[in-house]
Amino acid sequence: MRFRIALLLLFSLSLIACKDEDDTANGYTATPLELEIPPLFAEKILPPVIPEDNPQSVEGVALGRKLFFDKRLSADNTLACAGCHRPANAFTDPRQFSVGIDGLAGTRNSMPLFNMAWNYGGLFFWDGRATSLENQALAPVVDPIEMHNTWSNVAQTLQVDGEYPGMFEDAFGTQTIDSVLVTKAIAQFLRTLISGNSKFDRYLAGTENLTPSELNGLNVFLDENRGDCFHCHGNPNNPLWTDNIFHNNGLDETFTDRGRGEVTGDPREFGLFKTPSLRNLAFSAPYMHDGRFETLDEVIDHYSEGLVYSETIDPLMKKVSEGGVHLTPEDKADLKAFLLSLSDESFINNPDFQNPN
Amino acid sequence: MRKIALMFAASLLMIGCNNDDDTTQPIPESTVDFTFTHNWDGNMIDNTDFDLLQYFNANGEQMSISKLVYLISDVTFVSLSTGEIFDAGDYNLIDVRQGTNLSFTPDIEIPEGEYLVSFTFGFDDEDNQDGIYQDLNSADGGWNVPMMLGGGYHYMRLEGKFIDNTTTEMNYAYHAIRANNASTTPITLQDTSFVVDLGQITIGSSTSIEIKMNVAEWFKNPNQWDLNVLNTVLMPNFDAQIMMYENGSTWSNSTGVFSKGTVTQ
Ligand code: HEC
Ligand code: HEC
Repeated sequence: MRFRIALLLLFSLSLIACKDEDDTANGYTATPLELEIPPLFAEKILPPVIPEDNPQSVEGVALGRKLFFDKRLSADNTLACAGCHRPANAFTDPRQFSVGIDGLAGTRNSMPLFNMAWNYGGLFFWDGRATSLENQALAPVVDPIEMHNTWSNVAQTLQVDGEYPGMFEDAFGTQTIDSVLVTKAIAQFLRTLISGNSKFDRYLAGTENLTPSELNGLNVFLDENRGDCFHCHGNPNNPLWTDNIFHNNGLDETFTDRGRGEVTGDPREFGLFKTPSLRNLAFSAPYMHDGRFETLDEVIDHYSEGLVYSETIDPLMKKVSEGGVHLTPEDKADLKAFLLSLSDESFINNPDFQNPN
Repeated sequence: MRKIALMFAASLLMIGCNNDDDTTQPIPESTVDFTFTHNWDGNMIDNTDFDLLQYFNANGEQMSISKLVYLISDVTFVSLSTGEIFDAGDYNLIDVRQGTNLSFTPDIEIPEGEYLVSFTFGFDDEDNQDGIYQDLNSADGGWNVPMMLGGGYHYMRLEGKFIDNTTTEMNYAYHAIRANNASTTPITLQDTSFVVDLGQITIGSSTSIEIKMNVAEWFKNPNQWDLNVLNTVLMPNFDAQIMMYENGSTWSNSTGVFSKGTVTQ
């Protein structure tokens, strides 16, 4: 009996000894929550990235979800994160440019939010300027053309609320609310936004067939002679459908928005933007960093005959002097059918991802 | 009795937190480090050299490199004293522009001594199986080769721009994969990975071996590469893959794509 206790003590000591840092106040630990990893992801790619100092918990995710949909994060209580990241639109904004609380529009299209725990490089935004989800969530709250608030005001508002202090206590073991804990909770919720049940996923799992048009579309996508999309947007062995790195895909001759190059200062990266995932395109129009294309047909026409030269254009963009490889109308239609097979109804309708407030 | 239990638990605790293996071996065994360096006919290539039209290939085209990522596998040590063969069976994906995996320590310890050392460029057919490596599926948006080209993995993605014979800037994608001809049924496949022999090397307790790649050699010998003709859509081009294989594996008068650099002990 006595050495059972001694053993237990030592065992718990060993746990503590092996842990790098103690991240919760007073050693408090919320209820751990595993991400629901789609079988195909588990089989094909590396595990998701979860920072050691922000483990997923039931209480943290519930709190993050509430915050994501809460308009009180903005200065005038009118705009939540979800205002520009709508569940029905795969968590992006159907408007070309979102409008902030002061009626000012930005210059970039909002981004769909899913499978972000598998962004191994950990660079967020079109230009990769945020280096983690926690760090990303700091920005919109204080952005003058978005929620135009201050973090101290957010903390105060939430602190006097009837529910929030208790929820922070449950999630992090403290009632004291600050930007660090708010962004941690939101990041936890964002990591649960997982999309892995499209028609194409079910085709790979052997439970559904593709139409001949969708199958030919996949071939166009993979064929170096035709679409050659896979070198940036992935292939059936990579269910993310993006490389999460930065390219210039031939949209402009000169840049009003320098994209990645604005962040790094490297002229070789002027006009480069992060490759978006091709999942959920059925819901996420308009397309590209500035939302210039309203339809997938316009996107495909761009790659087929609308490419324009600029110094940093990616070498994978072919026959640029002729605008592209000029796909046949049939190949274009099939490519579009294939792209749409990557959309996941169950993702946008997932009850766990809707407004809890 | 209680003391024993405690000691046992305490030793478990130590093992649990111990990362490096410092248990004593009867014969000294060591891991071997490799570093990868890259040059264009002797001029070192690092991040700042990318995207500059500063190179001239054997055929005379002015060209740049914007991407150079490649895979090596099966680093093998053959003991000169016992004939024993050591192969960790692992692989390394090197991204020169990003500077990732420029050093690599195969996951194997070998007894100190004299060895013949070699590695494989790409994957041989035994290793080149479709979709089975999670880290490679996750790298670079998927390091895979589409099934319609035989599946498996890329060996190398070398990309950039060149000035063609009409003085227009053009792009190239010199992607090395297993040679395939999809116009036959079933598809014709030919393993175009190759073994690079680094010769005899003394392995001590902290040996580090430099492997050099001369990128210019991919365009030189025995096939003088004409980018005007062979620039893109090279993956489905069986003959182009054979030419890449020949240029990569040819070693004459101590020049070739790969060579042994400095060995430090
Ligand atoms: C006014 C509209 C607006 C609001 C409000 C807003 N966002 Fe965004 N969001 C955007 C836009 C636009 C981008 C792309 C910005 C860029 O690249 O510079 C973006 C990008 C992102 C990204 C990057 C996704 C990726 O894959 O790189 C994340 C994550 C995100 N927002 C989360 C949030 C969270 C969390 C909130 C609330 C705290 C929020 N957003 C509030 C418009 C908005
Ligand atoms: C060189 C890498 C590369 C290749 C090859 C490539 N893309 Fe893209 N794609 C990108 C980048 C980068 C963007 C975002 C560009 C921007 O917004 O400035 C993008 C954007 C898109 C979008 C818009 C998605 C959204 O959410 O806004 C679609 C759709 C798309 N690509 C489809 C394709 C198709 C189809 C092909 C093949 C015909 C293809 N891409 C080839 C890099 C690439």
